[in-house]
Amino acid sequence: MMFVAVLIACAVCIVMLVARAASGPSAFDRILAVNSVGTIIILGISLHGFALGRPEFVDISILYAVLNFLGTLAILRFYRSSDTSDEDVV
Amino acid sequence: MIELWVNVFLVSLLVIITFYIMRLRRLIGIVALSGAYSLTAAAIFVNMDAVDVAFTEAAVGSGISTILFLAALRYLPVEEAHETRYPVWSLFLCGIVGLMLIIAAFALPEFGDPNAPAHLHVAPRYIEESYPLFHIPNVVTNVLASYRGFDTLGETVVVFTAGLGVIILLTGSTLSMRFKQSATSSDNQTAKSDEETRDA
Repeated sequence: MMFVAVLIACAVCIVMLVARAASGPSAFDRILAVNSVGTIIILGISLHGFALGRPEFVDISILYAVLNFLGTLAILRFYRSSDTSDEDVV
Repeated sequence: MIELWVNVFLVSLLVIITFYIMRLRRLIGIVALSGAYSLTAAAIFVNMDAVDVAFTEAAVGSGISTILFLAALRYLPVEEAHETRYPVWSLFLCGIVGLMLIIAAFALPEFGDPNAPAHLHVAPRYIEESYPLFHIPNVVTNVLASYRGFDTLGETVVVFTAGLGVIILLTGSTLSMRFKQSATSSDNQTAKSDEETRDA
């Protein structure tokens, strides 16, 4: 029951984060929100495993954590090496 | 029960993300949101117990394709061009096809139904015979590598060719741009330092 409650809390968080990612005034808000969506989905996968009594899926969430980090890193690297002016992008 | 609600939530999240991807104009935001989209799709696959599919979706959809899109984005303008005409006819066609797919989905067997046609044809043979024949404990690996070995080889060749094409496209463009840059700039020093910061 506790796991279900936390899953619902995760769902509420994801909805708020998607709203932020869609309406965020600057691009960095969007990137941060999308990264947080990934983090909460990782949390959700782990919780889902425990809620259904199959905690073997934790290794998938570890893989997702690595990929999520990689994606965000790639986006930020694009910003650093982008040829467009910063005011235009942000 | 929990699985059903998790599925309902995740699918509606996909719809919301798709809506925002359509509405956004900034390409970088679209790329970031499509990464979130495929992570959510991977979570759906985990929920349906298709862990290997979820692994692939997360690695390809969320990881590699995001990075490839970003690499391609360096050669594109920041914002999507404004669409002035509204293709009503295409919308109508898409709606019809979507409706037909939804109607067809009702005829599919129940999820996890043991009497579904897919589970009656060759799957019992794979489950019973694959381990004594090939001594590989994972049935999926067994099917992919032993029963469908040539098929997998062909797929690998296709994927390899596609990857090679992407690498050639992106690298070739970069090299020619660098060449032009160093040829046009009278000061070689600035070009070199520019290149160094890019490589760093």
